[in-house]
Amino acid sequence: MLEPTNHPAARSFLFGRLTLDSLPFLQPDLEGRIVLVTLCAVMLGGLAVLGLITKKRLWGYLWNEWFTSVDHKKLGIMYMILGTVMLLRGFADAIMMRAQQAIAFGPNMGYLPPEHYDQIFTAHGSIMIFFVAMAYIVGLINYVMPLQIGSRDVAFPFLNNLSFWFTFWGAITFMVSLFVGDFSTAGWLGYPPVSELQQGPGVDYYIWGLQLSGVGTLLSGVNFVVTIIKMRAPGMTMMKMPVFTWTSLCTSGLIIATFPVLTATLLLLSLDRYIGTHFFTSDFGGNVMMYINLIWVWGHPEVYILILPIFGIYSEIVPTFSGKPLFGYSSMVYATCAIMILSYLVWLHHFFTMGSGADVNSFFSLTTMIISIPTGVKIFNWLFTMYRGRVHFTVPMLWTMGFLFTFTIGGMTGVMLSVAPADFLLHNSLFLIAHFHNVIIGGVVFGVFAGVNYWFPKAFGFKLDEFWGKASFWFWQIGFWLAFGPLYIMGLMGVTRRLSHFDNPALQPYFIVAGIGAALIALGIGSFIIQIGISILRRKQYAVGGDPWNGRTLEWATSSPPPDYNFAFVPNVHERDAWMDMKKHGYQRPLTGFNDIHMPKNTATGVVIGVLSFACCFGLVWYIWWLAAVCFVGVIVASIAHTYNYHRDYHIPKAEVDSFEHSGNWQDAAQGANA
Amino acid sequence: MTVKRLRGLLLLPLVLLSGCHLALLDPSGDVARQQSDIMIVTTLITLLIVVPVLVAIGIIGWRYRASNKQAHYDAHWDHSPSLELLVWAAPLVIIIAVGAISWIGTHQVDPYRPLTRVAPGQPVAADVKPLEVDVVSLRWKWLFFYPQYGIATVNQLAAPVDRPIRFKLTSDEMMDAFSIPELAGMIYTMPGMQTMLHAVINKPGQYQGFSANYSGAGFTDMRFTFEGMSPQDFDSWIAKARAAGGTLDLQAYEQLRQPERDAGTHAWASFEPDLYTRILERCVDASQTCMSQTMSADTHAGDAMQDMPGMHDDHAAKPAAMQAAETH
Repeated sequence: MLEPTNHPAARSFLFGRLTLDSLPFLQPDLEGRIVLVTLCAVMLGGLAVLGLITKKRLWGYLWNEWFTSVDHKKLGIMYMILGTVMLLRGFADAIMMRAQQAIAFGPNMGYLPPEHYDQIFTAHGSIMIFFVAMAYIVGLINYVMPLQIGSRDVAFPFLNNLSFWFTFWGAITFMVSLFVGDFSTAGWLGYPPVSELQQGPGVDYYIWGLQLSGVGTLLSGVNFVVTIIKMRAPGMTMMKMPVFTWTSLCTSGLIIATFPVLTATLLLLSLDRYIGTHFFTSDFGGNVMMYINLIWVWGHPEVYILILPIFGIYSEIVPTFSGKPLFGYSSMVYATCAIMILSYLVWLHHFFTMGSGADVNSFFSLTTMIISIPTGVKIFNWLFTMYRGRVHFTVPMLWTMGFLFTFTIGGMTGVMLSVAPADFLLHNSLFLIAHFHNVIIGGVVFGVFAGVNYWFPKAFGFKLDEFWGKASFWFWQIGFWLAFGPLYIMGLMGVTRRLSHFDNPALQPYFIVAGIGAALIALGIGSFIIQIGISILRRKQYAVGGDPWNGRTLEWATSSPPPDYNFAFVPNVHERDAWMDMKKHGYQRPLTGFNDIHMPKNTATGVVIGVLSFACCFGLVWYIWWLAAVCFVGVIVASIAHTYNYHRDYHIPKAEVDSFEHSGNWQDAAQGANA
Repeated sequence: MTVKRLRGLLLLPLVLLSGCHLALLDPSGDVARQQSDIMIVTTLITLLIVVPVLVAIGIIGWRYRASNKQAHYDAHWDHSPSLELLVWAAPLVIIIAVGAISWIGTHQVDPYRPLTRVAPGQPVAADVKPLEVDVVSLRWKWLFFYPQYGIATVNQLAAPVDRPIRFKLTSDEMMDAFSIPELAGMIYTMPGMQTMLHAVINKPGQYQGFSANYSGAGFTDMRFTFEGMSPQDFDSWIAKARAAGGTLDLQAYEQLRQPERDAGTHAWASFEPDLYTRILERCVDASQTCMSQTMSADTHAGDAMQDMPGMHDDHAAKPAAMQAAETH
């Protein structure tokens, strides 16, 4: 493995500690060859895409309509694309791990040396959480929530754009580590002492990538809270908000409260690494337990940040396809709030085995179990929503059913782990791995696919292909259980996580089955991409109107795709399920009397600050101090300069509104295209 | 106990499926067995609600499918106070039961708590002194001191069956987890800090031991064999180690603590008596001040330090806690 020298004398002013030796694809070993081939493929692919964009003269369009856009809908879509691209990267890591563990038995050491294997599981975990799950969550909230509350954008549209670029460049920071230097081997949470002892740029890539995306997420959280509190349509009191909006609010609250902890913790870690402080060292008063507590004070709420909006998605889908309102709306809201608060009180269950003592462990064991009560309530409420309904098993509803089955079992294994004495046996075993994939795949990933299938027609005006949607669904369901069932069993045998090689040949069949499961999941991901591709090709055939599912909430009241301004007239809300209520009362969309609509203007500042921040972080990773300093000053200057930009808004003339309101895509509206 | 029968029931299909030993469901040490019992009982209680829910998902989904026009359809039914009471109460009852078991169990099998029994219905005899083992996790191997016998070993651990073992554990540099699933639940080892584990092995045999907390490149090979043996076998095992000769002194330890992958086993007939304490106090290198001295100096140097809560949490306070644990 590469160990870029840390010796000050070997550093140059211009390139810091970055030397030709830092480029793994120039190394003559096997790993170097693999990276070289990957790099060539990426470059060829990248060049092809760039060439196509240039040939089709799309640069101006992309720049004006997407990169600089402050429209929450476009940013939402960009987040979803980012999440999907990163899913492919994170999944490639998963396949490599499965392959290694399936072959590395006895004399066969597998194809990955530990240093490489360790980077892969670190990258897999952190990419899947920060750049797949988080990108999808923020993307869905961005797209749907403002529409659901009858708003024309989020509260701080420029900030929204900036958040996206921070997240994007955070992801790029991770990706660059593939080709320049190496990546952290310290696991997805970067526990010291491993993260403090690893020389070279790996951990620094990890730290700065997360710092960028963390700031982006924090700003998104602030944005969403203000939007939900201040920008709801008249009449929409808190208890009339759609449940997805409620869960977005709770998630954003969690983000605001916990992401600063992540930022501070990583900052302390970087101080240890860069200037030799001793926050988390073993000597000079430092303590690793401090890091582990701090990171989980962020880390546990983080999993609820992921799952809460997903609960919201299911709470929209189940009523829509059951043809009746959500059962126990208030219960659902209180359950969500209860989970939000309880999620702060459980972090220690991630290290019962650290030796805290029985009283402390008992307390956190109980709080952890208590969380399962509101979660159980939610499951019951979805069931009672289907009860006495007319359930249409469309693709979003299928994903919801898959979720109900899978997540209930994941919840049960979670309760097993929350029992502290049992956790002493199960901790860090493959049982734990199976459990959290059970809730994150069975909960979050299934929910994202449900949400994408559900809201895609709103965003693009045509439905997604059913056949490939169902194929994707079944590949994922079966693949999931094949991949993680064996892990549950091996966990009960006492097999621990993060091993790159095994002695006991009896385990090999389990890992082979798990590998087959991962291959089926790969087919599931492939089917999803085919589904998108085929649907785009057949978009005329699959075209739908504004309300293809006979929806209940306000996002279905407007055109598909919605105009920039979302609603020509901000709707007045009288009941929960506002759009259903409007349809029931024979709502007629006004076609005259439009006014100019005041909207925020696009800006390039987000792109500029994003690029400068990335360059600053790259400088910090490689000790290129001049670059970091110049770019940091650049970020400050760009931010201040932006405050002098007084041309931040414009008016959409009423003629334009009038013309869209007569030509937009509404047909089918309120006809219940379900039938 | 009924748990035994339930265990059989639970194990049967899994064993048929696997042909492998599910150590966590049928361990060989009393502590692990108690933990396993708690796991099985709480799982079964949880299943009381999980199974009906899984069945209900299937039944409700099938019965109220859109094509089934016979099913009762009520487009407005969206709440029912009694049902809502039920959906909050049912999980609550389950959690009260599971929580009570967890609370009691957490205290009963607290790794710091000295054993009161070596097996169900078999209390620790008054004259039995627990086997003491001081454990140090190194990169990437395990060092065991047997202070009662004067020997030290690497990656070799043995204990007589049915005799309580008291582990005191620390780490040289990394954070590891001392784990022998057949014996007892794991416990972290951390530099400059001491954790404890009380356990007993009930069946002779060879068991897997390893680190269950990732600690870098050599982590995978950080394994050892734990042997449960008869007292006679244990005595001859000790004698064999003594016969190996050699002393683990400070220089030898300096050599030993260098990172090493796939380290083999080793034994020393004797060791520097305060070596474990010096590792724990991070003063193997004579030029470094031991932590207890630093803390004592800090305590006397200024009143400001006395009030710092962190100063009392670490191992400076631990020996007192340990003594307290030993006395009752």
